[in-house]
Amino acid sequence: MEAKANTENADWEAFPYLGGADVISVQRGPDPGGAGGAYRAFGETLRGLKTTFARILEGPVTIQYPEEKTPVYPRFRGRHKLHRFEDTGVEKCVGCSLCAAACPADCIRVVAAENDPANRVSAGERYAEVYEINLSRCIFCGYCEVACPFDAITMGHEYELSDYNRSDLIFTKEMLLAAPIDKVPLRREGE
Amino acid sequence: MTLPLADVGFAEATWILVVKSILIFLVIFMIMPVLTVVERKLLGRFQARYGPNRVGPYGLLQPLADALKLVSKEYYTPTSAVPLLYALGPMLVIFSGIAALAIIPVGNVKDGVGFYGIDVSIGVLYFFAFGSFAFYGLLLGGWASGSKYSFLGAMRSAAQLISYEVSMGLALLGAIMMAGTLSLTGIVEAQDEIWYIVPQIVGFLIFMIAGFAEANRAPFDLPEADAELVAGYQTEYGGMRYGTFALTEYVEMFLVSGIATTFFLGGWQGPGPGWLDPFWMLAKILTLILFFMWIRATLPRLRYDQLMSLGWKILLPLATLNVLVTAILVTVF
Repeated sequence: MEAKANTENADWEAFPYLGGADVISVQRGPDPGGAGGAYRAFGETLRGLKTTFARILEGPVTIQYPEEKTPVYPRFRGRHKLHRFEDTGVEKCVGCSLCAAACPADCIRVVAAENDPANRVSAGERYAEVYEINLSRCIFCGYCEVACPFDAITMGHEYELSDYNRSDLIFTKEMLLAAPIDKVPLRREGE
Repeated sequence: MTLPLADVGFAEATWILVVKSILIFLVIFMIMPVLTVVERKLLGRFQARYGPNRVGPYGLLQPLADALKLVSKEYYTPTSAVPLLYALGPMLVIFSGIAALAIIPVGNVKDGVGFYGIDVSIGVLYFFAFGSFAFYGLLLGGWASGSKYSFLGAMRSAAQLISYEVSMGLALLGAIMMAGTLSLTGIVEAQDEIWYIVPQIVGFLIFMIAGFAEANRAPFDLPEADAELVAGYQTEYGGMRYGTFALTEYVEMFLVSGIATTFFLGGWQGPGPGWLDPFWMLAKILTLILFFMWIRATLPRLRYDQLMSLGWKILLPLATLNVLVTAILVTVF
């Protein structure tokens, strides 16, 4: 609502030093109390009853969490995933440790080893012998994903990461490589 | 039969009275747990959520879980409390609540049995006596707890009592004058042509507003005021003592709805054969209780002084005017 200068009802005698034209008297809302106030309160109560009743017709908006999962956006940064080449099945990670260098929380540990040409683990010269992410430290910033030159590590959609032990939250290479359990629904367009 | 305290309109043999009182007690205490879960689920719906739905099918066993938890809790008494009065508080409250239920009629005399606890000629005064008596329980319990929150809650309940009680009585006076009797069955009988909610709509509204205060329900739950006083007069109570206070709130709600039904909504009267009477009465009472819950979901709690000015400046003059106009009309016609 537009603020309006109420100059008609202003008491000029009370402010002789202001010279009239600059005085703006403001009334915030109608005068409370009295018969008018009671009448308004009654009307507003009816309006409130209508508002709350409309909520019943609308139905609950609650997501029943353990049974229903909150849908996430495609760009949601959840638990990491390590990837393999789909055709050959070798790992994309070459053990360069750029992700570990980029990690602000210092939660990635990579130990690289030379590939055996007869029995390749990764596509490059070297591979990650140890690849561990300490998820109790991870801040899910996604820098590792950005730093990786081979798109070997990406952020997944999984967010149910609680556990009983801190040590159980250190995810090894095998766990990160394993096909993710896609429990988390994706948000649809416009949701 | 004449009792020393009040004339009784109709009374049966003593054993029938005993059976009736047990029956009333059982029915009420079957309804109360259902009301608690209905209220919580309904409040949830009003707030766009589900409410309790984990215990049993649709959460219907929730009151059982609540009761189990309350019963198994320790009966703790704070060191600053006065133990005797502290224990007496909830007892007085539940006693007065249940005792007042005796006069709510659910039907007329059939086959020599009256469908009510007792039909006293002082009728509504009995209700007011026990309604005010309940506040001694709150006051004593809160004051004897020895905690500032309990004390504030107790004082508020006293201030609330004097603000609404007068207008509540005056609101009923109109209906009493039209019926020409204080007996609740007589008042229901007098409504067979027209329910008093039509000629006494002002009285009904005033009675309902005062009834919210009588039952300590939102928007007049000042003695409890969980936002600012923790839980008001029941802050220091635990276990089933707290449960008693909580239960009494529902008993009071039932009582106020019962009186409102009797005075303004035609009591047990409704279409259908005579054996339907108690069900009509219950249906009307439960509808009013649903309205109580709806109001609770809608209105914020009034401030202390707002309640006082509402009671003294609006309800009391309106109720007096209503009584005056009714008196003139009753005399003229």
